[in-house]
Amino acid sequence: MPRVVVDVMLKPEILDPQGQAVANALPRLGVNDVASVRIGRRIEIDFTGEPDLDRAREIADKLLANPVIEDFTVHLVSADEPADARS
Amino acid sequence: MTARVGVVTFPGSLDDGDAARAVRIAGAEPVRLWHGDPELHGVDAVVLPGGFSYGDYLRCGAIARFAPVMEKIVDAAAGGLPVLGICNGFQILCEAHLLPGALTRNQHLHFRNRDQILRIEATGTAWTNTFQPGQEVLIPVKNGEGCYVADTATLDALEAEGRVVARYVGGNPNGSQRDIAAITNPAGNVVGIMPHPEHAVEALTGPSLDGLGFFTSVLKHLVGAPA
Repeated sequence: MPRVVVDVMLKPEILDPQGQAVANALPRLGVNDVASVRIGRRIEIDFTGEPDLDRAREIADKLLANPVIEDFTVHLVSADEPADARS
Repeated sequence: MTARVGVVTFPGSLDDGDAARAVRIAGAEPVRLWHGDPELHGVDAVVLPGGFSYGDYLRCGAIARFAPVMEKIVDAAAGGLPVLGICNGFQILCEAHLLPGALTRNQHLHFRNRDQILRIEATGTAWTNTFQPGQEVLIPVKNGEGCYVADTATLDALEAEGRVVARYVGGNPNGSQRDIAAITNPAGNVVGIMPHPEHAVEALTGPSLDGLGFFTSVLKHLVGAPA
């Protein structure tokens, strides 16, 4: 059964001090070519039946994201996709 | 008749005891309200206290907004019930859309705990009517996510409509836009404040007695309010 993934990110104009702190730590790893880091949140939702993207968007809009400061995207992935599939 | 002021306890509330105490010192009867009980028990006003409701999971106040008692509070606030949200309570009021904007991580990322001077700018609200416009008060601030943000149009509207209730003076402890420490809704019955007036009501434990004014204000408001 596919899984619904919601990605929540701070809007571009909202300061992300957490991301800045991470970016500022990178030179200590010897990494000097990173311009910026922004931190968001990934939420995985498994429905009991067929995944319902409209319902997932409603959940994201009402609870998972705060539209005042955050944007979100919703997409489907295969539920058995390993977490590091994109590496 | 003694006014009855409800104080909500959510799982993770921290300052509900102090808020109830402040209500009592101000001369009202505190009524403890429970997050899971969709009843306001006939209270005349409500305080949403500070703390870490629902562990601050997801976002501060995001889950508390859906507590059964909050539905009643949102409805009653629309009808004019005075509601004061302190710290986490302010975050809950923003998440519940009773107040605009949002509270985000302190810009410097550090938890800030200190006595803070505020300038009271709006004295027409249910919670600040015993202050003088421009009066400076000393009240503890203690937050990790107290940075008030809103878009420019919202900030401009708050300023133009006189809805900035208090600003930080002598240093902004969290990076809040335009030094905003407290705001109100258009009707003036709902106020959110990041610092803690309930911690400044007794000489033994507070830096001043300035916080008491918020609680005596609501009593004055209730006496003058139409039944």
